[in-house]
Amino acid sequence: MNLRRLFSIVVKELRQLRRDRLTFAMIVGIPTMQLLLFGYAINLDVRNLDAAVLDQAQTVHAREIVAALSQTDVMNFKYRLGAPEQIDELMRAGKISAALVIPPDFERRLIVHDRPPLQIVVDGSDTVIQQAARQLAALPIDAALNPGAAQNANQTRGNVEIVNFYNPERRAPISTVPGLIGVILTMTMVLFTAMAIVRERERGNLEFLIATPVSPGELTIGKVLPFIGIGLIQVTVVLVLGLVIFHVPIRGTVLDVYTAALVFIIASLSLGVFISTLAQTQFQSMQLAFFTFLPQILLSGFMFPYAGMPKPAQWLAEIFPMTHFVRLIRGIMLRGSGLGDLWPELASLGLFTFVVLTIAIARTRKRLD
Amino acid sequence: MAQPRPLAASVQIPPQAGEAKQLAIRARGLTRKFGDVVAVDNLDLNVARAQVYGFLGPNGSGKSTTIRMLCGLLLPTAGDIEVLGFRIPEQAELLKRKIGYMTQKFSLYEDLTVRENLEFVAAVHEFDRARARKRIDELLERYWLGDLRGQLAGTLSGGQKQRLALSASVLHAPELLLLDEPTSAVDPQSRREFWDSLFDLVDSGTTILVSTHYMDEAERCHRLAILDYGKLVADGSPRELMDALPGTALLVECANPRQAQAALRGFDGVVAMAQIGANLRVLARDGGDAVERIAQKLREAGIEAHVAPTSPNLEDVFVAATRRVAQGHDAAGTRQPGAQP
Repeated sequence: MNLRRLFSIVVKELRQLRRDRLTFAMIVGIPTMQLLLFGYAINLDVRNLDAAVLDQAQTVHAREIVAALSQTDVMNFKYRLGAPEQIDELMRAGKISAALVIPPDFERRLIVHDRPPLQIVVDGSDTVIQQAARQLAALPIDAALNPGAAQNANQTRGNVEIVNFYNPERRAPISTVPGLIGVILTMTMVLFTAMAIVRERERGNLEFLIATPVSPGELTIGKVLPFIGIGLIQVTVVLVLGLVIFHVPIRGTVLDVYTAALVFIIASLSLGVFISTLAQTQFQSMQLAFFTFLPQILLSGFMFPYAGMPKPAQWLAEIFPMTHFVRLIRGIMLRGSGLGDLWPELASLGLFTFVVLTIAIARTRKRLD
Repeated sequence: MAQPRPLAASVQIPPQAGEAKQLAIRARGLTRKFGDVVAVDNLDLNVARAQVYGFLGPNGSGKSTTIRMLCGLLLPTAGDIEVLGFRIPEQAELLKRKIGYMTQKFSLYEDLTVRENLEFVAAVHEFDRARARKRIDELLERYWLGDLRGQLAGTLSGGQKQRLALSASVLHAPELLLLDEPTSAVDPQSRREFWDSLFDLVDSGTTILVSTHYMDEAERCHRLAILDYGKLVADGSPRELMDALPGTALLVECANPRQAQAALRGFDGVVAMAQIGANLRVLARDGGDAVERIAQKLREAGIEAHVAPTSPNLEDVFVAATRRVAQGHDAAGTRQPGAQP
């Protein structure tokens, strides 16, 4: 490893990057765009579901329940039905996503407590709506009917009240933004490295380089180093925009945030280097990068809760660097954890980097065949 | 050092005494297979120092593969290589400090300027800043790149790119320069200047191995190897090869050369034909009076023509050499000039 040669490769990469306007724009453009997209557009809190009411009890309490549920704004009762068949009809036509059924013996059930007094029928084809229905099911019915007995009723009935500790207002950006740093870094770091290394091969530069004293290690490290800096710039962009636009707090230390990001960047770059040893063209490396990108986003816990996944998916998720980073960054930014609390996640990232990089180096030969 | 084994179907003139002592490249039984395809087939090579050694051959004849094996970029399937005293591929990394390699396709960075490219190459060869600046200024001047120093390499013309590539591959003053079809994207004027540069380098002691498919370039080499289907089919100086031409070059002057060509096609005594302007150039088999045989054949076809011997050129050598391999390995029996099939 010759430092002067390593440095010259870094300088060369930076010079090329400066002239590559598109990549340059992407470094800042991707985080900004994604932050705004995820922050504003993706709101998993469901509001105004089109719904119907089938009130078979027609009592005062029943009417109060309907009024209380309307006030939550989760359901927008557009239809009042007379017969159960109509629910099926409307749902099939896509006119409603949910229906509230109040059985004829509603009053009796309230008193006897033998069966749930209310039934909410949901369109199970949309997972998000299912989640919303679960929220509704947690609605304390007795509290709605009799505010004074709320405390007591909650305990005896076992109605689960969801207490949201870290995001009490249920604002999506707060839980999204930290994970988003992981998404952006996964996307850009893996893709940029894989493409930068393969580009050298595709354009024929490698044929010249391997006839010189440059070693594969120098070449790889020299090409990857600038991306560490770029990754840290992207982290900064997301943190600053997140703070300014969405008021996303950093409850832990900034140093911990950057340390976690740095370890994750190195893990992602290793994955990029590994992909570059498999791909022959930039297009192939792009495809391979996306191939690793999608499962990471889906299984990392960024989009869907890790706890709800089947065991094999959880095992798979444990392999991905993003899973560990999402835990790290949420812990540091939202719960105010320190790296000391989260060291197993750091260790997992380190192990991933070590294994992937070892395979990649073993696959790199300074020859054309 | 072992004497080169004579190859089947080849004209091989052994290197002159004394040359063998200071070989830059020595290869024995060099073979490379890609799957079932034999790209380079049992090649023996001797390249003396401070010479321009040419590889002449059609596309796919194994020129590039051979060059890549010689500088350790590809592993040979079989055979021994020694370049500048290093055993290849085992000592390839040591060799890489002493060779310059210019690829067929422009392989410097199109998105760096001329100067940035050379700075990078200098750093790769561990030049310190002051020494790099001095050497780069020297190269910019020698290869007329001074005015282009700030220009992106991607925007250079073919000839300019080639001069940049050459200055990059000689920046560290290599003992051996390997050039893979360096002039394929270059105009004739630039080609001439390029070859002048090569002879300047040879004067200063550099050995040059250059592959080409241009006859005029091949003719300029001190020594020449003709490759065909991965086999060495001729090896010697251009003069020697022309003198040893297994056939007679004839010039047929007549009113309608195309008609004459049609009449001679398939005639056993003809190795190759090519129309040159209003004339027909015929490479006839040796043996008996070639002039009379051809003239006789044309008279039989009712064509009035004047047939006269002409001096053989390298194209004749090339056609004669590559033709025999194409006809198959039984040609071993016709290795002696003039032998009838």
